[in-house]
Amino acid sequence: MGLLVKYLLVFIIGGVLCAIAQVLLDKTKLTSARILVIYVVSGVFLSAVGIYSKLVAIGGCGATIPLLGFGHALCQGVFKAVDELGFRGIFTGGLGAVATGIVMAVVFGLIASFVSKPKSKIQ
Amino acid sequence: MSGNLEHLTEKQYQVMASSKEQKSKLWKDCMMAFLFGGLICIIAQTIKDFLLSSYFAENVYGFDEEGAAAITTMIMVFLGAFLTAINVYDNLGRIAGAGSAVPITGFANSIVSPAMEFRSEGHILGVGAQMFIVAGPVLVYGTSSAVLVGLLYFLLK
Repeated sequence: MGLLVKYLLVFIIGGVLCAIAQVLLDKTKLTSARILVIYVVSGVFLSAVGIYSKLVAIGGCGATIPLLGFGHALCQGVFKAVDELGFRGIFTGGLGAVATGIVMAVVFGLIASFVSKPKSKIQ
Repeated sequence: MSGNLEHLTEKQYQVMASSKEQKSKLWKDCMMAFLFGGLICIIAQTIKDFLLSSYFAENVYGFDEEGAAAITTMIMVFLGAFLTAINVYDNLGRIAGAGSAVPITGFANSIVSPAMEFRSEGHILGVGAQMFIVAGPVLVYGTSSAVLVGLLYFLLK
């Protein structure tokens, strides 16, 4: 697969996943928080039935970077932990797999609250 | 009578125009979400491929697939947090819509932005609690559904 085709697929899959969320945002009365929850839960279930891994194989970061990919990471983390640890893995695998992103965001959030002030947003 | 008719057509016109306007707004919003969402994913893919490249392996560190993915996530979260801290990401969100909210950078933004905003309400119930105003529900339902599929996987294995 050529590099250009690969990146084009990343762009298209990532873009389409975001555009679907935008349609939901504009066309339904769902709030953005609700859509993000739907995305992460969908990611978990699509990953569990094996569909999402196929999308990741095609779209790379186009599939892993949107929030559906967060759900995919949660699910695959749990599966891997269950394989390694058995019953205990059900509870350790999910957050373990996504800990990097959460912990970094929390720490940066705390630092930003000390060093940065929100500007009045441009209307 | 004719005045009434004119009034009616004007109203009809307005209804038609506003529905057309909404359609073009939806089209524009979707294009923006598509472009920005795709672009953010391209940036992440570029970072990941660079981390996996032979140049990086020879000169810095040889990552495996999993390591490269983790570092890419870290860099993307940092970028999202940094752009939020310098008041860029929230304004980007006005243009990009879901295109900036759905990628992992948007997840970072959803934590960092309220952390900054609620500083005035204190460090515990302001920053500490409000940080998870959007990320909290995502984590609650994400981890719970992961436990559910994990349980099924454990039982059916």
